[in-house]
Amino acid sequence: MEDPLAAIKITFFQECDEQLSELESGLLAMENGIADSETVNAVFRAVHSMKGGAGIFGFDTLISFAHTFETALDGVRSGTLSATAPVIAVFLRAADLLADLVRAARENTAGDEARINALRMEFDKINNSATVDNNVSAELSDSIKENQRNSDKIEEKLWKIIFTPDSTLYLNANETTFLLRDVRRLGKTNIEIDQSRLPKLQDLDAEGAFLSWNITLESDCSESDIRDLFEFVESDCTLEISLEITDGFKPGKVITGDNGFKFEFFTPVDEEEIQESNLLHSMQSDSEVKQLEVPQATTSLAIQNIKTKADSANVAVATIRVDLDRVDRMIDLVGELVINEAMLSQRVLEAGIARSSGVAMALEELEHLTREIQDSVMAIRAQPVRSVFQRMPRLVREVATMTNKQVKLITEGESTEVDKTVIERISDPLTHMIRNAIDHGLESTEVRLASGKPAEGTVKLTALHRSGRIVLEVSDDGAGINRPRVRQKAIENGLISSDAQLTDEETDNLIFLPGFSTAATLSNISGRGVGMDVVRQSIQALGGRISISSWPGKGSTFTLSLPLTLAVLDGMVVSAHGHTLIIPLGAIMETLKPRRKDVFPLDGDLNVLSLRGGYVPIVDVAFCLGYRSQYVDPEQSVALLVEGEGGSRAVLLVDEIHGQKQVVIKSLEANYQAVKGIAAATVMGDGRVALIVDVDVVVQRTGSDISKNLNELRHLEVSVGAA
Amino acid sequence: MSVTVLTVDDSRAMRDMLQHSLAAAGFRVIQAEDGLHGLEVLASEMPDVIVTDINMPRMDGFGFIKAIRDDILRRATPVLVLTTEVDAEKKNRAREAGATGWIVKPFDPEKLVEAIRRVAA
Repeated sequence: MEDPLAAIKITFFQECDEQLSELESGLLAMENGIADSETVNAVFRAVHSMKGGAGIFGFDTLISFAHTFETALDGVRSGTLSATAPVIAVFLRAADLLADLVRAARENTAGDEARINALRMEFDKINNSATVDNNVSAELSDSIKENQRNSDKIEEKLWKIIFTPDSTLYLNANETTFLLRDVRRLGKTNIEIDQSRLPKLQDLDAEGAFLSWNITLESDCSESDIRDLFEFVESDCTLEISLEITDGFKPGKVITGDNGFKFEFFTPVDEEEIQESNLLHSMQSDSEVKQLEVPQATTSLAIQNIKTKADSANVAVATIRVDLDRVDRMIDLVGELVINEAMLSQRVLEAGIARSSGVAMALEELEHLTREIQDSVMAIRAQPVRSVFQRMPRLVREVATMTNKQVKLITEGESTEVDKTVIERISDPLTHMIRNAIDHGLESTEVRLASGKPAEGTVKLTALHRSGRIVLEVSDDGAGINRPRVRQKAIENGLISSDAQLTDEETDNLIFLPGFSTAATLSNISGRGVGMDVVRQSIQALGGRISISSWPGKGSTFTLSLPLTLAVLDGMVVSAHGHTLIIPLGAIMETLKPRRKDVFPLDGDLNVLSLRGGYVPIVDVAFCLGYRSQYVDPEQSVALLVEGEGGSRAVLLVDEIHGQKQVVIKSLEANYQAVKGIAAATVMGDGRVALIVDVDVVVQRTGSDISKNLNELRHLEVSVGAA
Repeated sequence: MSVTVLTVDDSRAMRDMLQHSLAAAGFRVIQAEDGLHGLEVLASEMPDVIVTDINMPRMDGFGFIKAIRDDILRRATPVLVLTTEVDAEKKNRAREAGATGWIVKPFDPEKLVEAIRRVAA
């Protein structure tokens, strides 16, 4: 039968070969100035790993040299040693020696002692503080000594220490807190303060020393280890140290065995914390508090680093394929969970249970957990926008050729993640926007050269996460929006009146109106009867918003802001005639309080609101949905200015606005049937169903109504103007 | 019921060695190559004891232990650190992260088995 150990040994040498080549390529990279932490860590790990493996088989020469090497590399890693050219030269020679030592181990021959010693001396030289290395070596040889002791019996040392400072200790600015803390680092401690010598306040000498501490310490350290801690105060205190040996395996225990084995059973951190807080009580020292906070901060920082490291390496993360149906089912269930959790929380609050009670606190924990599950589940559907971005270079080349322009495409943020459905549905709008940017945004090469711009135009496509949404930007360095022409076109098409006062921003936004097209001739590329209004519609259908910024002569930037997921919705919770409704936040432009003098009745049930020189139809939501048969008095209501997909606006009247809320979308079609004017439903914390208003339908309905009354509106305009 | 041990180490030789020694003691051994892989394995496994290395690519032992302690279902699982590190600062970090014990390589298979038995109880 094959000896399993021999097989493992073969594996070890194979790994050594891999690590040696990793080590060499890493060191060569460092030689070429690439000393980023990733490279240094890889180099360190290679040596460290060889050392660990060598330990299995007891290749002592290899272990000890790898250790010296590793210590120096750790210095580079932690920044105490800088990777200068001479240092890297030593590393490279050390790598060669390590390779030879591996070969020696494989062939069962001895390493070249002279060469090892020569390199050790070089390492000593580059380690500014050679003592550091010696200390670690000493510690290593300590553990070797321990295994020589070969103690099979479990032994526990219990130290009793009585520490009584003299007044000189305090006068020399020594701090007992720090000394006690150092003792605690040696092992499991119990520290008690002895105040028996403390005189009454009237007899107290403020500069005297009256306290002493009784310490029990469970540790395998030696007496000199303890005395070393008190080195500086040796002559300023009385220190009595005695030793008890007990048997038993319990937290804080250290077991040593042959072959360098050392097992240390940690005292759970919690226990230590309790001890620390006890100590704090008896000490009442502010400085100690501050001192204790520091390591915690560094720990969380370290974890952050780990996270970043894991993120940057996610290329190699293993994946599994899962049916989309399963994921969607899970998202559905998590939605239910979120709703149930919210209901439970509300019930608990209603039951009058204090927020500080255990139940409320456990609920809070549950809420965090639920949100986290929700985010994690949503993340399963998230994909990087890369797949869409990757199609764009080809598109840019094609459009550039057709328009005879020179175009450079820059993409940023390809790895930004967003829901799969969102990705599928932004492809067309993005394609359209990039076409537009090249066709309409960028000038012809001649014009660019004439205006002192580089012949090659730039189109930039960027994706990034901003406040819980994904933001996509398409910008060009072209001529910017030709505002006089846009205005002219809008007047021609009857979109604005000839005397309309528009800001630059409002003018720019005219291009999103249906049927708007400024290109003098409908070109092959951008003008297929679709304009920016179609782009806007598809973005709004996803719960997104689109806006434009333009700088004449410098270019334009289109900004899309989309929700990261379609399973939840940011909405405004409102009430209308006793019903709770949700208005999608993406559709809301502003909220206002209508004044009677701004409200003009048209015939039928229709009212319009005069808003900054224009007229916007008013929709009483409760009336529209059939909750009440009479129009509400606008002055008694709150109004939300909303905008539908087509860009048409309306003012929605509701009784009250309760605030923003993220809600889980429940399909009405799936659970009941489609209802006109209602997009979906959700369940509120109190368990009631709230309907999500389909703003587009509501706005369009009034749109058709208002077009019927357009003549009257114009007439009204005239009469108002005359009045 | 037999004891299940998850070993996390980036060295194949070390994993094989652990597999060999622990299986000989009657433990069921599952393996992972680094901290992230360990977490993936833990998604479907409930080992009685975890033995982990510290220096590993992608996610090191500190991050791995911390993640276990943050996992409500697995925070009570003993985690032994098996490492060549002798640095007190590292040892302290491991303890702060939530390690149950610290074993310096090279390990003595019998002692390791004994340590696992003790903490697995």
